[in-house]
Amino acid sequence: MSNNNSLIKDPYQLLDDYIDSLPYKKENLILILHHAQGLFGYLPDKVQWHIAQKLDIPSAKVYGVVSFYSFFTMKPRGQHVANVCMGTACFVRGSEKLQQEIESQLGIKTGQTTEDHLFSLDSVRCIGACGLAPVITVDGKVHGRLENTEDIKELFAKYRSEATPDAQSEISNIEPIQDVKHAT
Amino acid sequence: MDIQLTINDISLTVPEGMSILDAARTINIDIPTLCYLNLHEMRMNNHIASCRVCVVEVEGRRNLAPACSTPVFNGMVVKTDTLRAVQGRRTMVELLLSDHPKSCLTCPKNLDCDLQSLAADLGVRNITYEGEESEFPIDKSSLAIIRDPNKCIRCRRCETMCNDVQTVGVYSAVGRGFETVVKTAFDLPLHDTSCTFCGQCVAVCPTGALMELDQVDKVWKALNDPTRYVIVETAPAVRVALGEGFGLEPGTIVTGKMVAALRRLGFDRVFDTEFGADVTIMEEATELIHRIEHGGRLPILTSCCPAWVKFFEHQFPDLLDIPSTCKSPHEMLGVLSKSYYAETYGIDPQKITVVSIMPCIAKKYEAARPELGQDPVTPDVDIVITTRELSRMIREAGIHFDHLKEEDFDHPLGESTGAAVVFGTTGGVIEAALRTAYEWLTGKPLENVEFESLRGMDGIKEAVIPIGERDFRIAVTHGLGNARTILEKIQSGESHYDAIEIMACPGGCIGGGGQPYHHGNIEILQARANAIYQEDRSKPLRKSHENPAVLKLYKDFIGEPYGEKAHQLLHTSFTKRRKI
Repeated sequence: MSNNNSLIKDPYQLLDDYIDSLPYKKENLILILHHAQGLFGYLPDKVQWHIAQKLDIPSAKVYGVVSFYSFFTMKPRGQHVANVCMGTACFVRGSEKLQQEIESQLGIKTGQTTEDHLFSLDSVRCIGACGLAPVITVDGKVHGRLENTEDIKELFAKYRSEATPDAQSEISNIEPIQDVKHAT
Repeated sequence: MDIQLTINDISLTVPEGMSILDAARTINIDIPTLCYLNLHEMRMNNHIASCRVCVVEVEGRRNLAPACSTPVFNGMVVKTDTLRAVQGRRTMVELLLSDHPKSCLTCPKNLDCDLQSLAADLGVRNITYEGEESEFPIDKSSLAIIRDPNKCIRCRRCETMCNDVQTVGVYSAVGRGFETVVKTAFDLPLHDTSCTFCGQCVAVCPTGALMELDQVDKVWKALNDPTRYVIVETAPAVRVALGEGFGLEPGTIVTGKMVAALRRLGFDRVFDTEFGADVTIMEEATELIHRIEHGGRLPILTSCCPAWVKFFEHQFPDLLDIPSTCKSPHEMLGVLSKSYYAETYGIDPQKITVVSIMPCIAKKYEAARPELGQDPVTPDVDIVITTRELSRMIREAGIHFDHLKEEDFDHPLGESTGAAVVFGTTGGVIEAALRTAYEWLTGKPLENVEFESLRGMDGIKEAVIPIGERDFRIAVTHGLGNARTILEKIQSGESHYDAIEIMACPGGCIGGGGQPYHHGNIEILQARANAIYQEDRSKPLRKSHENPAVLKLYKDFIGEPYGEKAHQLLHTSFTKRRKI
């Protein structure tokens, strides 16, 4: 997921340009939501509402779709997104323990984001790397055989050291949907 | 092509594409349903098969088949009454009940609940599976509809009604799996959405998940306060449906008994919204003629229906100048009670409480609109209760409704004509307006007052009515989806009309969200409509401008229709709103 550079331009304008380029709009809601999440990093109410207006469909419908797919998130994500594989092979090789260990190291639960907006933690079903079980992915990159605490610490320390300092301020700058709430 | 099959060893032939459920019904075999709802006339067909209550055995099929959504095929062998099918259905209801609140006794839907009846019919005697009950907050934000998601069984009838029939799109299934619940966009309180409060979701909700805001206790309180002078008014559609609450046949006209019951309940004056309807015609017909003579924008759209008003404020904010500025009849009667009547009879308007009995849930919201009152503390109408709430009040008071002797409305705001009666069904408002506009424009008496081309249950009716030199192009729609179709044609310039009547509820007010539940039987609406026209025919006066009490009102108090005082009291304005 790329959620960095595009915020320099107005992401709403970029989103509108993208929607305008599509021959079918209402029919491509899921594709548009993917694109929007790429631009904003997440799908807050205001972005969903914007899409609903642009496609002339009820916001409830957009919200229903966003809430259905686990890929979509309505909360700001960290700069790095870690996914623990909970597929069968990883599960029998102790991915549940691995998940607990990461949760305790990052100080968050699965589905949450660290306060410094560096890491988000999620779980996925099988990613097809069963030979390396138990595995996690960080930003899509696979890390296998994560069986001891030190390896996990080392991995996250590496990502922490590479973080851009102003990452968090870029991401969570979308104001809540106040103007929608008071529309009636 | 026809399909041959057998159901419970009975051979039958049905058209291709029919479901097992409909096929079984042709040979009088009833399969219980819950989420399924096919209101063909309203273009509503909810057959998502989410509840699995209609399951039957199909030979050669491993699992049980949902009858509502399984099409028949040649040679199909269906059994609806085997032990496996019967037990399967009972298990489905047990599962639905496993996480459903067990508070039936105190539920507002008690004895009117489809889930409850189903549990009774299928002989559910214990719930094998004790599931976890959800703890969603109850949405009491709106002034009309209460949402209790804990009682939702995910049948999604409300969603189909709101999206497909009304095209408002307030609801969506949110989340997935067990967590799924029907919600508003972003979980906003209903009051903050584009909801029109038409209440059709309430009309089709099988459980107590969607209910009207109960204001019966407020009425009891006012009636028991000796300092209050409590005036009640009743809408046309109430008198042809109230009887259903007491076991009378749909379409029974109970006007006289209703008036008697309201007196027994203790109202100081029993007035008729139909007086307000006659005044509405005086104003609206004048407004129409004014627009024609002064080159005003046409078509004129009726504005009696508060759900329709809220719909166009959200969905067509660029067309706010075409609806008539007339307040709705019950608001007119409210303001006249607190001005004309109060002045004439020397009553302090601050002491008057006006209660409206309406077939409608949106009227509750309408009464609270800040512009519909002379000042912030004196609304035109104080409390609105539905037909259903009134029948409950009558039962609470221990009145034997069917044994009441018929009584008449009070003078003067209880006088009305046949034109006002027909306001209660689709086509009625425009028919009433034409009866008056015709005579005013031509100066000749109108012989046949019944405009057949404007009547009936078609979603969009169009007619060209010659009045004098001019052909009037009229459209009548009911159901907000049909209204949207018409408005889009006006927006695009594709259609040109002179006047359009719009009612939000399918069938008009007789099918209102506050009426006794039809439980999917749409013939009830037809019976109510027939009763409306019967009541119209029984009236000695059938044109609003012939109502002597209305003429006296204009002579003594208002002055000219559409004049200065009329504008101050009887007209309103609309607000641009955003679509959510």
